Amino acid sequence: MSATGIGASVRRKEDRRFITGAGHYTDDINRPGQVFAYFIRSPHAHAAIKSIDSKSAAAMPGVLAVLTGTELAADKIGNLICGWMIHSKDGTPMKMAAHPALASGKACHVGDAIAVVVAETLAQARDAAEKVKVDYTVLAAVADPVAAQKPGAPQIHDVAANNTIYQWHLGDAKAVDAAFKTAKHVTKLDIVNNRLVPNAIEPRAAIGDYDSGTGTFTLWNTTQNPHVARLVIAAFVGMAPEHKLRVIAPDVGGGFGSKIFIYPEEVVALWASKRVGRPVKWVCDRSEAFLSDAHGRDHVTHAEMAFDAGGKIVGLRAKTIANLGAYMSTFSSSIPTYLYATLLSGQYEIPQIYCEVDAVYTNTVPVDAYRGAGRPEATFVVERLVEVGAREMGQDPAELRRKNFVQKFPHQTPVILMYDAGDYNASLKKAMELADYKGFAKRKRESARHGKLRGIGISTYIEACGLAPSQAAGSLGAGVGLWESAEVRVNPTGSVEILTGSHSHGQGHETTFAQLVSERLGIPIENVSIVHGDTDKVQFGMGTYGSRSGAVGMSAIVKALDKVEAKAKKVAAHLLEAAEADIEFKDGKFSVAGTDKSAAWADVTLNAYVAHKFSGQELEPGLKEGAFYDPTNFTFPAGCHICEVEVDTETGSTEIVAWTAVDDFGVVINPMIVEGQVHGGIAQGVGQALCEGAVYSKDGQLMNGSFMDYSMPRANLLPTLKVATTMTKCPSNPLGIKGCGEAGAIAAPAAVINAITDAIGTEQLAMPATPSAVWSSLQKSYKLPHAA
Amino acid sequence: MAKISLIVNGNPVNANIDPRTLLVQFLRENLRLTGTHVGCDTSQCGACVVHLDGKAVKSCTTLAVMADGHEVKTIEGLAADGGPLHPMQEAFREHHGLQCGFCTPGMIMTAVDIVRRKGNELDDHTIREELEGNICRCTGYHNIVKAIAAGARAMRGGASASQAAE
Repeated sequence: MSATGIGASVRRKEDRRFITGAGHYTDDINRPGQVFAYFIRSPHAHAAIKSIDSKSAAAMPGVLAVLTGTELAADKIGNLICGWMIHSKDGTPMKMAAHPALASGKACHVGDAIAVVVAETLAQARDAAEKVKVDYTVLAAVADPVAAQKPGAPQIHDVAANNTIYQWHLGDAKAVDAAFKTAKHVTKLDIVNNRLVPNAIEPRAAIGDYDSGTGTFTLWNTTQNPHVARLVIAAFVGMAPEHKLRVIAPDVGGGFGSKIFIYPEEVVALWASKRVGRPVKWVCDRSEAFLSDAHGRDHVTHAEMAFDAGGKIVGLRAKTIANLGAYMSTFSSSIPTYLYATLLSGQYEIPQIYCEVDAVYTNTVPVDAYRGAGRPEATFVVERLVEVGAREMGQDPAELRRKNFVQKFPHQTPVILMYDAGDYNASLKKAMELADYKGFAKRKRESARHGKLRGIGISTYIEACGLAPSQAAGSLGAGVGLWESAEVRVNPTGSVEILTGSHSHGQGHETTFAQLVSERLGIPIENVSIVHGDTDKVQFGMGTYGSRSGAVGMSAIVKALDKVEAKAKKVAAHLLEAAEADIEFKDGKFSVAGTDKSAAWADVTLNAYVAHKFSGQELEPGLKEGAFYDPTNFTFPAGCHICEVEVDTETGSTEIVAWTAVDDFGVVINPMIVEGQVHGGIAQGVGQALCEGAVYSKDGQLMNGSFMDYSMPRANLLPTLKVATTMTKCPSNPLGIKGCGEAGAIAAPAAVINAITDAIGTEQLAMPATPSAVWSSLQKSYKLPHAA
Repeated sequence: MAKISLIVNGNPVNANIDPRTLLVQFLRENLRLTGTHVGCDTSQCGACVVHLDGKAVKSCTTLAVMADGHEVKTIEGLAADGGPLHPMQEAFREHHGLQCGFCTPGMIMTAVDIVRRKGNELDDHTIREELEGNICRCTGYHNIVKAIAAGARAMRGGASASQAAE
C-alpha cells in the first residue's frame, strides 16, 4: 500500500479551503446586479387562498416584483414531480397531486410558498413581504398519518381519497399466515419511527441567473445531484431546454438526503431571474428550513415476528403507515417501499415476510429520504422485534441473533434482495469483544451501587447501498437510471482531472477518488484533481446519495482508467518501438516485457498529445476516456453496533456510556474518512433515539421549528466512539466497496432503544427517549403513541 | 445610516451602514469575508463565531454597530496570509475534525476561545461541555473533540498539532 493509495488514511485535500474560510458555498457567491428573493409562506396548515394583494408591497422601495402562483401558471412553469412510480396492490398507480412551485388556490402545509418578493436588498424584500396581504379561508387540517386515513378526515388533494397515495405490499401474505400458525412464540410491537428534520448546517440556497443574450439559465444550488436537478427542471418544470440550463453545485455544506430533491425555491429563483432580468439569490433561514426542507422517517408500524420452539424465526409481518406530507417530494414514494420493506429480512434467514405500506398525505412538510432512507426504519423494526423476542423467550439476544444469521452467500431473501457477501458472525463477535459484553453484568452491578440503571443494546443491521442496477430499479418504478459516469482527462504533462457525476458535500471525494487514481496510475496524489458539481463540465451523473459514490462512482472511474491505460499502452508501444502486447504498466512506468526499456507516465502522456511517434490515422492523438458504470447488484454493508447506557431513575435522563461499532464496508479506501462517516451517522441515529423529533400540533403547526426547540445532538450527548471494521469483499463491483455513509444512522436507533429498555425493564418506550419519556415509562405512566 | 470604524483582521475598516446590519452580514456582504457562516437564526449553531476583542461572539446576533471601535478577528485572519496555519486549524485537518466544512470556521474560532479560557490541557468532558453553542451535523463531534485537545496542546508551544497528537 502506498502512502496515498487505497487503504491509506490520507489527510483530506479539500480541507485547506474549509479551515481557512476560503470555501465557496452558494451563499458565498454573488453575481453582478444580483437581487434577492424572499418567500411569503402560509402560516396555516390548510387554507384556501382567496386573494393576494401585493399593490402596496410592489410600491415599496427597491421592490422589482411580487410573484404568485397566478404568474407562475401564466408563464406555463410546470409542477414539481415525484420520480418513482409505485402501484398499489390493486394495480392502480400512486395518486400524485399537483405540486406547483408557488401554491395555486390553496396552501397545504405551514411553510407552503405562496408568493415571492424580489427586491434590490434582502432587507427590502423582507420589509415588502410584510405588506403583502394574503386573504385565507382556513380549512380543517390533519397532521397525523393515522388520523389522515380515517373517515371524515380533512381531504387534502382531490386525487387521493382518504388522503391515501398508495396501498402497496410486498411478500406472500398467505405463506406468512401459514408460517405464523406453526410458531411457538410471536412477538408483537407497535412502533413509531419519529419524524426528523435533516438540518444540514448549511441552509439551502439558490441563485438563478438568466442570460437574455444566449437564452441560457444558470443555477447555483445547494444540491447533491446537479444533473438530476437540471433534468427535472428542464424536462418536467419546463423552465428551459436541458442544453440551455446549467446547474452548479459548489461547495455544499452537508446534505444527508435533504439536498437531493428539486425544491420550489430553485425553480422560482430561475423563473424570477428571467422575469426581472437580474440574477436572483435566495438563502434559506433556519426557521424557514424547518418548514420547507423535506423531513425524514415518520412511520407508524405494527410488526410481528414468529419464532419456532428452537428460537428460529419463521416469519415476519408488518403494516406501516408512512406520512409523505403535503406533496410528494422527488423520491418520496420509493423510501417507505423499495428502500424499506426490502430490508425487513435484516441479517437473518427469514423464510416468509409480508409487508403492507400505506402512504398518506397530511398537512405537513413533505417527507423524503434522510440519511438511511427506509433502511433505518426497517432496521428498527427488525432489531426491536429480535431483541424483544429474545427477552420474551428468555434467550440471550446475541445468541438468538447468531442462531438466525444468514450463513451462506449469495442469499436470496423473500423480499427481492439477494445478499452477495457478508460475515455477520464475525462482526457480532468482534463487537462483543470490543464492548466487553461478558463484563456487562459486573458493570451493571457497579451502576446500581450508584443508583443508576445500566442497559446494553445490540443492533445487527444490514443496508442495501450502491444504488443500483438501473434495469432492476426501472422494473420497480424508478424514473431514472442509477449508473454513474466518469471521465478521465489526462493532461500532456501527466496530471489528471477526474470528472465525476458523484457529488461531494462532506464525504471527501477530492481525496478518496484521487487516492484511487494515484494508486492506479502511480502518480502523486497532488497531480490529480476531482471535478464535480457542474453540468457544463461533467456531462451527466446521478449524484450522491444511498452510499453510492464509492461503489458506483469510483467503479465508473475504474472503468474509465482501464480505457486510459489501454490507450496509453498503445502510445507507449510507439514510443518504445515495441509491440503493444509487450507493454507493461506498473507504478507509473511503461516498460517492454523482458527488456530494460521503459518510459515514464509523463513521457507517454506528452507523446499522446504531441503525436510525433505515431500516425494520427492509425491512433487518435490525446488521452481522455469516459465510462458509464451500471452496478450489477446492490451492495450490502452490515455490522453490529452495541450501545451501553446508564439511566438516572430520578430524572429519566440517559447517558450513553459506551459505543462500539463494527462494520463490514468491504474494501476501505481511506479508513480515516470511513470512521468519520460512521461517527456522523451514529450521532444522527442517537439524535433520533434520544432527542430529535418534529412535533406537529393536531392542526398542523410545527411546534419545534428552530434550534431553540428542536433538540439537535450536541457534543455532550455523545461518548467517545469505538469504531472498528471486519471485511468481506463486495463481489458486485471492481473495487470490492460496499459503502459507509449511512450505516451509523441505520444501526444506532435500535441499539439505543434496546439498551434503554434493557435498563428500565419495560418495552413501553418510543423515540425520542427524552428524559421525560423515560421517566414516565419508569413510573408506568407512559403511553405508546399509536399503540394498536 | 450609521458610521462605524473598527479593526478587522488587523486592518482598519470604516463604513456607513444600515443600523440594523448584523455583524455577520457586514463581514460577509460588505467586506466579502465569507468564511464566517450563518447556520441558524437563533444563536444556537455557532457557525458564525468570530472574536470581538479576542473573545468569541456569535456574529449573527451582534449588530455591526456594536463592533464600532472594537477589533474583530475572523477565520480568515487566524493565520497570516500565506503563512503557516494556526495550530488549531492544523489540528482540525490532522484529526479529520471536519467533513462538509460549513460549521468549521465557527468551531475553530470557538476552540481557540476555549483554550484562552480553559488552558492548553483540555479533557474530553470539558471540550464537549464547552461546545454547547456549536452544532456539527457531520462528524458526530468525535474528531472535533480530538482536534481541539490536540490543537490546544499545540498552541502552548511551537509544536504542530500532528506532533502533539502523537
